[in-house]
Amino acid sequence: MGNSMKKLLPYLKSYTKETVLAPAFKLLEAGFDLSVPIVVQKIIDVGIANGDTGYIRRMILLLAVFALTGLASALTAQYFAARAATGFATNLRSALFRKIQAFSYTQTDRVGTATLITRMTSDVNQVQSGINLTLRLLLRSPIIVLGAMIMAFTVDVRGALVFVVTVPLLAVAVFTILLVCIPLYRRVQSDMDRVTSLTRENLTGVRVIRAFRKEREETVRFDKANREHRRSQLLVGKISALMNPLTLILVDGGLIALLLSGAVRVEAGGMTTGAVVALTNYMAQILVELVKLANTVFSVNKALACADRLEEVLDLPTGMPQHSDDTAPDSGFSIAFRGVGFTYAGNAAPSLSDLDFSVSPGETVGIIGSTGSGKTTLINLIPRFYDVTSGQVLVNGKDVRASDPEKLRQKIAVVPQKAVLFKGTVRSNLLWGNENATDDELWDALSIAQAKEFVAQKDGGLDALVEQNGRNFSGGQRQRLTIARALVRKPEILILDDSASALDYATEAELRNAIRKLPYRPTVLIVSQRTASIRHADQILVLEEGRIVGIGSHAELLKTCPVYREIYTSQFRKGGDPA
Amino acid sequence: MKKANKIRTGTIRRILTLLRPDWFLLFLALLLGALSSLLLLLIPLFTGDAIDAIVGKGNVDWQVVKQNAIRIGICVLVTALSQWAMNALNNRLVFGIVYRLRLQAFETLQSLPVSYHDSHATGETVSRMMTDADQFGEGLLMAFQQFFTGIITIIGTLIIMLTIRPSIAAVVILMTPLSLIAAALIASRTFALFKRQSEVRAEQTAMIDEYVGNHKVVVAFGQEEEAQKSFDEINTRLGKCSLRAVFFSSTTNPTTRFVNNLVYAGVALTGALLCIPTGGVATFTVGKLTAFLSYANQYTKPFNEISGVLAEMQNSLACASRVFELLDEAPVSPDPPGAKSPEQIRGQITFSDVSFSYTPGQKLIENLNLQVLPGQKIAIVGPTGCGKTTLINLLMRFYDVNAGSIALDGTDIRDLKRSGLRAGFGMVLQETWLRRATVRENICMGKPDATEEEVVAAAKAVHADSFIRQLPNGYETVLGEDGGSLSLGQKQLLCIARVMLAPPPMLILDEATSSIDTRMELKIQSAFAKLMEGRTSFVVAHRLSTIESADVILVMKDGNIIEQGNHETLLRSGGFYTHLYNSQFETAQAEV
Repeated sequence: MGNSMKKLLPYLKSYTKETVLAPAFKLLEAGFDLSVPIVVQKIIDVGIANGDTGYIRRMILLLAVFALTGLASALTAQYFAARAATGFATNLRSALFRKIQAFSYTQTDRVGTATLITRMTSDVNQVQSGINLTLRLLLRSPIIVLGAMIMAFTVDVRGALVFVVTVPLLAVAVFTILLVCIPLYRRVQSDMDRVTSLTRENLTGVRVIRAFRKEREETVRFDKANREHRRSQLLVGKISALMNPLTLILVDGGLIALLLSGAVRVEAGGMTTGAVVALTNYMAQILVELVKLANTVFSVNKALACADRLEEVLDLPTGMPQHSDDTAPDSGFSIAFRGVGFTYAGNAAPSLSDLDFSVSPGETVGIIGSTGSGKTTLINLIPRFYDVTSGQVLVNGKDVRASDPEKLRQKIAVVPQKAVLFKGTVRSNLLWGNENATDDELWDALSIAQAKEFVAQKDGGLDALVEQNGRNFSGGQRQRLTIARALVRKPEILILDDSASALDYATEAELRNAIRKLPYRPTVLIVSQRTASIRHADQILVLEEGRIVGIGSHAELLKTCPVYREIYTSQFRKGGDPA
Repeated sequence: MKKANKIRTGTIRRILTLLRPDWFLLFLALLLGALSSLLLLLIPLFTGDAIDAIVGKGNVDWQVVKQNAIRIGICVLVTALSQWAMNALNNRLVFGIVYRLRLQAFETLQSLPVSYHDSHATGETVSRMMTDADQFGEGLLMAFQQFFTGIITIIGTLIIMLTIRPSIAAVVILMTPLSLIAAALIASRTFALFKRQSEVRAEQTAMIDEYVGNHKVVVAFGQEEEAQKSFDEINTRLGKCSLRAVFFSSTTNPTTRFVNNLVYAGVALTGALLCIPTGGVATFTVGKLTAFLSYANQYTKPFNEISGVLAEMQNSLACASRVFELLDEAPVSPDPPGAKSPEQIRGQITFSDVSFSYTPGQKLIENLNLQVLPGQKIAIVGPTGCGKTTLINLLMRFYDVNAGSIALDGTDIRDLKRSGLRAGFGMVLQETWLRRATVRENICMGKPDATEEEVVAAAKAVHADSFIRQLPNGYETVLGEDGGSLSLGQKQLLCIARVMLAPPPMLILDEATSSIDTRMELKIQSAFAKLMEGRTSFVVAHRLSTIESADVILVMKDGNIIEQGNHETLLRSGGFYTHLYNSQFETAQAEV
């Protein structure tokens, strides 16, 4: 146990009562179990020896009472254990989700979605059953083993010496096998991952594989991994198969020793036959419990490995540090970049360097450049999704690192590249922009985003259902709805990150015109690969490998910026310059 | 119900067939299982005999005690050995079957028509191959290890108890149903609770998938608290369902143990009373009572195990049938006998009256006629969903035509070997696919024995050399799943280099440069031009600038070719193509 659970134990805290009571009731049950051989011994040595049927009946009644109270305390224990385990899991999941919600973009990049999902589902389940098992069995089994030993001593001290030899030997055998198998099991698991990933890869590449006629080669690759997996399984199987035979030999070896030494003692008159029977019964109990214990330790170990993975998530630092604003108010500009450089965590090369530009309120700025030139990275710095590695980003004259990210983001609306909607209704999605918006405001936003028509045609209009990830809307419709969602906010700064790519030229032009006529005159940043989308901006930034290689209007850039000219002509070769 | 039973017997028969090659191992394993269970049952008997020889002070029959001690020792050793051998055999059997099943499934996947892959989610197929096969194996293992030995133990115990003392055995047999009924009652209730739990869990997983996957959007709109609220709502529900399911399922053990204890008490009572001499002679001994008690203790255990195994086996059968379903999917029609690979491909392609649709009743391509001369560049344009990619599916025989025919150099492509036909095409698709291997291995896919110079030349031709050299290990960098950290454009460049390295006589470029920016596209255009020279090429693109130089432009709409000709003639005709071509300039001008 030790360290692995330290971080997770607090989530068990609101279930302290259950956590204590479950093993307590389990111990009560164990106590009844342990008393049974003694009662049987009494039946033999007193009842049968004296021919006292009344005594026998009373003792049997006692056994029945033990069974009943044993049942009651076992059920109580199971209930408390289940409560503690499931309650713990519920708390833990909630905490993990909260933690993930607090992730910054950098952390989301680093951790990755797939693994977070596995951790929140299957890892939490494993830990839940681990806790459940621990509360029920991990205490009970050693106590029974120990208890059986102690009881054996009360029955007959010298006879019980056999236990002193057998039980430690058993423990050593069981745990050696466990210790050998646990790392091997991890191997099996990772081999399995490999087989899975090859299968996935093959399935996603069907067309290419067939085009290159690599079916055989793929099968050979798969077979190699598959074979490897079987080999690890067999190895672990061979070793863990030793568990049962080994415990059997040890326990029954002890039994033989008990019988022989018992015979000697009985003959000498130092012991009764009933005592021998009781001792053999205790030996049998120990066998059963040790096997159970071994299985429990197996599962608990699996759970601990999962707990480690969960702790990793909980240990990640979240949020962003708050800086004090030591700059002179640089007012007059809506957005200003001052010598900004940015390097993604884990990357050696910077993605942005030496960015310097200012944007006045109400201005429209176009950002253009090739794939990977840093356009999206640049706009992600404005709502402080990432912190700069050097220089400063100012919004309304204030360093974004000095302002509360939440308040900052209230003023800014981003339409991301990937058009994402969430399960719910059109309305619930739009209200993300501003939860107090009226229906009229929603329709206004839809109208500007060129989405009014198709929403009105949908069953239920604003209440039309949106499926997971918005999959019941086409790419273009999704894109327009995400634009509307941003407009509902009536932001001071509106950022469109290549968010009209699925719209045809005409619709896109109408959208741009509508945005230009917005009464609250937001500052607008448009990221695009198409010159047509940004040519009418007040200023255009041309990015190349993370640097600004041109700033100015369309006409100026055509004259002064070769990169811009190149992009422009690559798209308008035959059309010439219509301006 | 009847049908379900039929499927089940079918599945069981299939499993038996799977086991046939290993029948000897299986037989041996079962034999060893029977041997070890029976020997194990003898131990209490010998113990009892030994105890009966230990009567009291000065009254110990050493001969008998020793004899029984030796018997116990032999039993234990033989049992231990046979148990170990049985487990090893079972492992070999089961892991072998699962291994073969997976390999078969994978081979099946390679031979299934592309339409199967298009209509089945990857995750689902993976789960059949991995999880279902695994569950099946586990069930099989349990069946071999516990089911059979459990039955042997029960029968053996009954026989021994009946021979020792039928009247006490009757007490045990009469009380057995109690345990079974209790277990069955709990099991049926638990099943419903677990199902409910899985439903809520699935709901929660879907939500996690959506919100964690799109976390950046959640942050951008400051919806973290709202998300937490709706998460907690589902989470609380899940917590309640889990509590019920977990608790109810965990009552099985204490309940059956309770019944077991009652049986124990019953045996102790009747046995002890019989031990008391009535009329001077006791009809039962303490040793026999001890043996009986330990049988009574063991007797109900296999019942619990078997009920557990039966539940597990239901699941295992269901899983097996899912794997079999996959294996039974009809593979692509085999190449006709005598089919040959085309030898010298000239690249003349003729579509004659071709009709095709993915779903019967939903018309797509109808009566398509087209004559492509060797070395021609064919561009296919049109709005989304017009059937551009479908043409490529037909050319590569990912799908076969419903009517009419496609011929390569005069031979119907259905009379050619699929592998030979596909070898004639170099293909770059919009959806990039890179394998988890080094950059070099990915580029070399079409020509595994390519030299260093050839690989670098191909990479240089598409301007990928410089970014490849910036990767941690250059050309030897192992790419992660689906290209790992490469950008979409970079991945596309690698896919193009793959074809550049060993270009076949014909080319298919389906939006091959969609993620590459226009300037980069210009840079690699000369390489493309050289590649297409003398090769029959089919190019799908939405950027009209890449299409202007084509020999023939096919304008498609709703599965039909509505216009056909080169750029100039099409522009002059003023049709749909003219409209498409001008739309980009018109809007730009309208704004001025």
